[in-house]
Amino acid sequence: MARESEDTGMAKASKAKRQRKKKPKENKTRTVHANIHYDNAKGEENPNRHYASNKIKTTKYTLLSFLPKNLFEQFHRFANVYFVFIALLNFVPVVNAFQPELALAPVVFILSVTAIKDLWEDYRRHRSDKEINHMDCLVYSSEDKRYVERCWKEVRVGDFVRLRCNEILPADVLLLSSSDPDRLCHIETATLDGETNLKQRQVVRSFFDLDCDFDPLKYSSVIECEKPNNDLNRFRGYITHRSGRRDALYKENLLLRGCTVRNTEEAVGIVIYAGHETKAMLNNNGPRYKRSKLERQMNVDVFWCVIILLVMCLFAAIGHGLWMFQYGDRRPVFDVLSPEGTDLSPIMSAIYLFLTMIIVFQVLIPISLFVSIEIVKICQVYFIHQDMDLYDEETDSQLQCRALNITEDLGQMQYIFSDKTGTLTENKMVFRRCTVAGVEYSHDANARRIAMYQEIDSEEDECMSHGGTLPRRDSVTSHQSGRVVLRSHSTKSHRRTGSRAEAKRASILSKHTAFSSPMEKDITPDPQLLDKVNECSSQMDFMRFHRQPMSQLPSDLSDIIDFFIALTICNTVVVSSPNQPRHKVRTRFGLKSPVKTIEDFIKRFTPSRLTSGSNSSSSSSLNRSSNKGCSSLLSSPSAESTLTKLNEEQLSGTLEHAFTPVPPCYDEKASGTPEEGELRYEAESPDEAALVYAARAYKCSLVGRLPDQVTVELPHLGKLTFELLHTLGFDSTRKRMSVVVRHPLTDQITVYTKGADSVIMDLIRPSETGNSKGKRQKKIFCRTQNYLNLYAADGLRTLCIAKKILSKEEYARWLQRHLEAETAIQGREELLYESALRLETNLHLLGATGIEDRLQDGVPETIASLRKAGLQIWVLTGDKQETAVNIAYACKLLDPDEEMLTLNADSQEACAVLLEESLHYIQAKVFCSSGDQSKTFQNNVAHFEIYPSSSLSTSSSHTAHFLVHRLGLVIDGRTLAYALDRSLEDKFLAVARSCRSVLCCRSTPLQKSMVVKLVRNKLKVMTLAIGDGANDVSMIQVADVGVGISGQEGMQAVMASDFALPRFRYLQKLLLVHGHWCYSRLANMILYFFYKNAMFVAIVFWYQFYCGFSGSAMIDQWYLIFFNLMFSAFPQLITGTLDKDVSEETLQQLPQLYVNGQNSEEYKPYMFWMNMIDAFYQSLVCFFIPYFAYADSDVDLFTWGTPITAIALFTILVHLGIETKTWTWMNWLSIAFSVALFFTVALCYNASCPTCYAPSNPYWTMQRLLQEPLFYLLCTITPVAALLPRYFYRACQGTLFPNPVQAGRQLDKLPSDTRRNILSLSRVKMGSPLSPEPPFLSLNKSKGCQKSTSGSRASQDKQGSVLQTNKEKVPKTPLASSHSEKHLSDVYPVAPSEQDLSPYTSPQLSCQPKPHSAKDSDCLDETLQPSDLSLSSWNASTPLVTQTDAVHLNLPPDGPSQCVKYTRSSEEGLCSDHVVQPAHRTVQVAEQALHTAL
Amino acid sequence: MMASSYKDEDGHISVSGSGAPAGAVGDSLRSKKPENTAFKQQRLPAWQPILTAGTVLPAFFIIGLIFIPIGIGLYVTSNNIKEFEIDYTGVDVSSPCFDCSQKLSWNSTRPCTCSITFQLDQPYESNVFMYYGLSNFYQNHRRYVKSRDDSQLNGNEESLRKPSKECEPYGKHSNKPIAPCGAIANSMFNDTLELFYNEPNGTRVQIPLTATGIAWWTDKHVKFRNPGGENGNLTAAFQGTAKPVNWRRPVYELDADPDNNGFINEDFIVWMRTAALPTFRKLYRIIQRRNNLLPTLPRGNYTLEVVYNYPVRSFEGRKRMILSTISWMGGKNPFLGIAYITVGSVCFLLGVVLLIIHHKYGNRTNGADISH
Repeated sequence: MARESEDTGMAKASKAKRQRKKKPKENKTRTVHANIHYDNAKGEENPNRHYASNKIKTTKYTLLSFLPKNLFEQFHRFANVYFVFIALLNFVPVVNAFQPELALAPVVFILSVTAIKDLWEDYRRHRSDKEINHMDCLVYSSEDKRYVERCWKEVRVGDFVRLRCNEILPADVLLLSSSDPDRLCHIETATLDGETNLKQRQVVRSFFDLDCDFDPLKYSSVIECEKPNNDLNRFRGYITHRSGRRDALYKENLLLRGCTVRNTEEAVGIVIYAGHETKAMLNNNGPRYKRSKLERQMNVDVFWCVIILLVMCLFAAIGHGLWMFQYGDRRPVFDVLSPEGTDLSPIMSAIYLFLTMIIVFQVLIPISLFVSIEIVKICQVYFIHQDMDLYDEETDSQLQCRALNITEDLGQMQYIFSDKTGTLTENKMVFRRCTVAGVEYSHDANARRIAMYQEIDSEEDECMSHGGTLPRRDSVTSHQSGRVVLRSHSTKSHRRTGSRAEAKRASILSKHTAFSSPMEKDITPDPQLLDKVNECSSQMDFMRFHRQPMSQLPSDLSDIIDFFIALTICNTVVVSSPNQPRHKVRTRFGLKSPVKTIEDFIKRFTPSRLTSGSNSSSSSSLNRSSNKGCSSLLSSPSAESTLTKLNEEQLSGTLEHAFTPVPPCYDEKASGTPEEGELRYEAESPDEAALVYAARAYKCSLVGRLPDQVTVELPHLGKLTFELLHTLGFDSTRKRMSVVVRHPLTDQITVYTKGADSVIMDLIRPSETGNSKGKRQKKIFCRTQNYLNLYAADGLRTLCIAKKILSKEEYARWLQRHLEAETAIQGREELLYESALRLETNLHLLGATGIEDRLQDGVPETIASLRKAGLQIWVLTGDKQETAVNIAYACKLLDPDEEMLTLNADSQEACAVLLEESLHYIQAKVFCSSGDQSKTFQNNVAHFEIYPSSSLSTSSSHTAHFLVHRLGLVIDGRTLAYALDRSLEDKFLAVARSCRSVLCCRSTPLQKSMVVKLVRNKLKVMTLAIGDGANDVSMIQVADVGVGISGQEGMQAVMASDFALPRFRYLQKLLLVHGHWCYSRLANMILYFFYKNAMFVAIVFWYQFYCGFSGSAMIDQWYLIFFNLMFSAFPQLITGTLDKDVSEETLQQLPQLYVNGQNSEEYKPYMFWMNMIDAFYQSLVCFFIPYFAYADSDVDLFTWGTPITAIALFTILVHLGIETKTWTWMNWLSIAFSVALFFTVALCYNASCPTCYAPSNPYWTMQRLLQEPLFYLLCTITPVAALLPRYFYRACQGTLFPNPVQAGRQLDKLPSDTRRNILSLSRVKMGSPLSPEPPFLSLNKSKGCQKSTSGSRASQDKQGSVLQTNKEKVPKTPLASSHSEKHLSDVYPVAPSEQDLSPYTSPQLSCQPKPHSAKDSDCLDETLQPSDLSLSSWNASTPLVTQTDAVHLNLPPDGPSQCVKYTRSSEEGLCSDHVVQPAHRTVQVAEQALHTAL
Repeated sequence: MMASSYKDEDGHISVSGSGAPAGAVGDSLRSKKPENTAFKQQRLPAWQPILTAGTVLPAFFIIGLIFIPIGIGLYVTSNNIKEFEIDYTGVDVSSPCFDCSQKLSWNSTRPCTCSITFQLDQPYESNVFMYYGLSNFYQNHRRYVKSRDDSQLNGNEESLRKPSKECEPYGKHSNKPIAPCGAIANSMFNDTLELFYNEPNGTRVQIPLTATGIAWWTDKHVKFRNPGGENGNLTAAFQGTAKPVNWRRPVYELDADPDNNGFINEDFIVWMRTAALPTFRKLYRIIQRRNNLLPTLPRGNYTLEVVYNYPVRSFEGRKRMILSTISWMGGKNPFLGIAYITVGSVCFLLGVVLLIIHHKYGNRTNGADISH
């Protein structure tokens, strides 16, 4: 019952232990020397000898150790120990009940099934181990003085390996040399994190200046680095050269095992971690083990079974003692002495008998239960995998169940925590609009274009659904070149292609590029802005030509050009050309490394350099390229072009030294593809790509990126090369990224920053008051802020672009400390972070962009139906509040007509006050809406007390539904941090759980997981977390079920998840259909299992009364042992796998049925006891009917026992039949098979050996029985008598108090068109947003499906009339339907029993008489319009500033909808008088919160 | 997917996927789209019964209608069987066997006889089966049931000399193996019953009792065999074995008829088939019908001569002699008929209840109540 975390913890601990054992002498760091210096010496002297070799062995067993080790592992499961103990008990003569060998059979069977499974898995691992260990790589051999081919397993730490293009890295290698002129090595990490974009890795700095050939023999440095760890994104250490110089090592220097070398012809590195110590191997901690709620519940009942068993054994033992005692000294002949001939005292025999009985009754603890459950779960997983509806054509991916044993949990979810970006939305960023220098460019044409895509999509969808499967994939393959095929394994690149229609349109080539669906790429520029850009650049061109300083440019124009330059270069986008995938376009003019040292800086930035430095620098680069005799660079035309360019550069003078017009053919690739459209961008995140594409639409395109320079092509100006001094990457705390470049036109050191508006706006340099420039700045600032709010209101993602110009002195100061930070080993991250903070201040605002993140298909529908299913949906997002709220509206998470509580607090106290206030408000709302019904009021108030944690834990899951109101809660990250504080978390939960939807914005990954943990632990509910990115991983791991969207943001979420879905909307079917099925199947199977075993064992128990409690069994031991394992095993497996209580369609159309699983309706504790009682009754019948039928006859023990076995089998099978809801041919077959198997085995067994099988010796028993009519008579009457009560009960239940599931099943029975009518009707009802009560829909079977035609006339008439109403209803509008609905409900009485079905009903209303509610829903349809309007007006009128100064309570004149917005800062008092009104009347504003400005 | 396959293999880089182009072609191009088959999509044609009063109703009536006639038939059949039972344990002082029962023990050597007279009110047609019945005798006791050696009884020479340890402590007696060994054999019922018809004129006519054909055919011919082959000398075959402690005679002297002697003695075989319940009867003899015109046992007075050897007082047991005719369904047992009638009636009754329920509430549930 303990949560799974211990298991993984244990695994990790054991792993760690193993490592420790291997390297006993190691201290905190690892020192790596090159092996070549030690090759001649003896092995012991090699300092690397303690490190793990590269041979991997993931197998658990060897040939010898398999048996003991596997057994040992299996005995970790307590049940196995128990069964073995019982089997061994049989070997003790005084207590044995069965033939010892026979008693071993089931245990051996179970153990061997598991062992074979393990063995097979291990063999597979072994095979792949072997394959991997024998892969080839080039290792430097000191004997041969060259690289020789070696197997992977022979690679050792300290070896030099040479890597060629497209090779897989054999170990974690420190990059020492690369054939790439930039000393780069590109790797693809798809196997590690699923990200397909190329990553750049750099040669260790000290080897940067080496010539093309790295000579291992000359290497004499020592590497000091961290001990092996599993953090893929961290590597720290330093390399010490012989000279004593130290250089820091970064993760950029490390090539990880499993990655593939791309675009780099050759690289050399030294192995740092090998084999099991590589980061890839350490990261791989196997599948997760979780225990489902159902299983935890089951374990409790297993425990009860043990108690029942002990009670039965104790009873029998006492009985036996008394039986013995009554004979006293007159020992009867049938009381056999012990083998030694001695007498046994009653007490001793009672003790022996106790043990014997445990053996006889062992079946009560179902040995096959665990195995059966596993089999059923595997089958369930198989079916989920096979579901076509969960297959995504476009990405060719289907649902993956990564955790095999929690399928049934899917049917019991209560809370869903969802990420927004990439989960609800497509994470396909489309540039929508932007504002530059305070001017908004609305990009209307672009909006139209996007709308068009959507239309095409929907059309295509229709085509797809009609046309069936398309041969698209085949046609694609036929075009693919060899190289394409080689890369096409990464399905993820398909993922980028967006919607189906796009997928079809997408060319083969586009597959190789990330984020490049036409929708994202083809931005239609805003004509106005385009003109400005053109104007601006032509001016600049003019100015450059006339050598005017660029600062003379009008500031709005320079802002525009800077804006686009920032869009283009402030990112990590890599450019590749499509014809040569993954080969970056070279636009190198001069080789300059980023500034890495102060000397470097001084050298390069002193004024002298500005005049003459270019000469020296270019000459050095010239030297270098000519030195590169072996380099491919020289042979390419670019070398020449470098020369020509250098000449030009010298001519062009000081300021423009870096600028060059495009040489006619400086690069074969670029010139080969004249249109820039052919350049492909690979970005780490989709919004980066979106911005680059947007900039390109304005002819400002990125043409090349190298670690030290970025090349941008501008209209009129041609290609500009920016010297890239630093890149301060994006992180979630700073929420921004910056690049430091030297502007080629102005030669200023410029910082371009791009980031979330909330951060950037705070960093903008306060404008100097007074002068006009300052005023303008202020105006721009305000306008931009306005537009940002507008964008957010439109649901766009906003980014701010800013720049800053650094003077050389400032830069030098900053650089000094930055370099210190970079070389630090301890706390490097923090130092770098601080360094970035120092740089990113006093920015100059350029503009902002709005990027649209489209909702995924079907998200609103999915959310609506999940919510109807009683699931609480919380969205936890890192986005800003306005964006999140708008997306929430778009996906119907928030309803326009529900009230919204917004919690924004900036201190702990304010948060407490806010929560208190909201609680009061909710309480008051309950108070008012409960009206005169004081009873319900009492209940509700009781629920709204703030729960101390103890009482919370006791509250059952039902109350969670009970409390929910039509309220939405929006809380931001900062407030959330306060609310999650221990002192406030209960209040927060009390508020949150009474809201229908909760939206947490601006939340960090940690907060996400804290929220999930809080809800899970405090409310004791089943939680599901769904997300797609690395920031969701912690949340996914914390939740009971983690679902990963195999989306655009890499595979981390999928790796951490239990289920991986291609799209969010599949969640609906996964939960509502598969979850429901898995749960109900498994729950029923488990209950049945308990029943079956109890019933069978009880038969033997009753017999003890007639055999002196001697532990004798009339059922042959063979039957007794194999009954569970063979005779009765198959039907229940089939039922457990295939049974469908309600059809898939109905489950999806009536999400309410999901509540069944949430409340654990199928398996409640009392059901176990009901089943036990039924089992005891049935066993009594099965025992006593044969008993009386054979009383005082000449029947012998086993001739009497065999019919009982048969009867028990029949009873058990028919019982299963009653419980089976869906009979397919497989059910019939399995039952027939079971019966046939029993009789075949019995006949064979009874005919096989006349003298064997002591003591039962059943020779010819069955054969004789089959000749007796009595046998058949018994086999008929007993099952009937035994199952009569259950059958009768089921029938009565089905009629008198059918549960919703049964109602759903009846719906299934209706002809499909009738059903569709009914369901469409109910959907209309459910769709009406304020429907205050669960309306009851009385259905009538249409005449067509009714079997009896001779029904009473009256009822026929009635049905006829209803049918008519049905018919006329269907074509009507929703509004009309509610009328006819009223009609319907008037005609038929309403069952009162099902009112708490809908969790979102205000309880007080559900008790109201029917006509009223119908009226209500009528008004509702009328009020819908106004309330919609009110929403839009609210949207427009609310100034969406982060901190508003007033409460906005905007209510429609006559509608029940209100929007309450609290905003409160710390120093505020509050007045909390709520004016309370009945909900369905016109509501007066209840206003209570007052606020200050910042 | 890539990532997961990577995981699946426990940390192995899937070589075929990322490295070798040849291997990758097939894998990557095969769509993962699941097959659209009824089985895989869980759309197998199915029968979906819904248990409601209306649907279940016919089943109850049908069961009732079938069971009641069967029950009546069985009851009548059982009633036509004639059965006579007489307790000759001799617990009462008035009982003729009282003396024998008092002084008898397993160790007594002298046989005690007693005779009981009784009257049959009805003539017994057809073959009459004569049983002895024991009460309170737990032949189904776990250790008792096990105490035998089937392979010895099957004539296995080796087992004859060396009985299985299951027979202990009835395996050896004074270092000689006991044949037949074990507690079951040791406690064999050894009363001799003889039946005399007291003709009205006072003469006693002994009624011929057939001692063969009382055991299962398979037992007699397959399971039980004498050692030393079909026609061997039994005395010689059992040479070197001891008789069971409680037996008066060794096993090869059970009957004069060589086909009914030794292990294949039918009385012995019948005894070895351990009874299921503590009160049981075992077939002792068959009184075959001689004359088609005369009843096998005419009405009148009979005398039962008992050689009283079997002590039952130690466990408060009872000994009975039963005369019974049998029918196709075995001996007299009205229970099954009554059971059928009862279950049938209950079904019928429940059917009526369901009909009422259906009538009252069926309208509502005829369709479905779907709540939202």
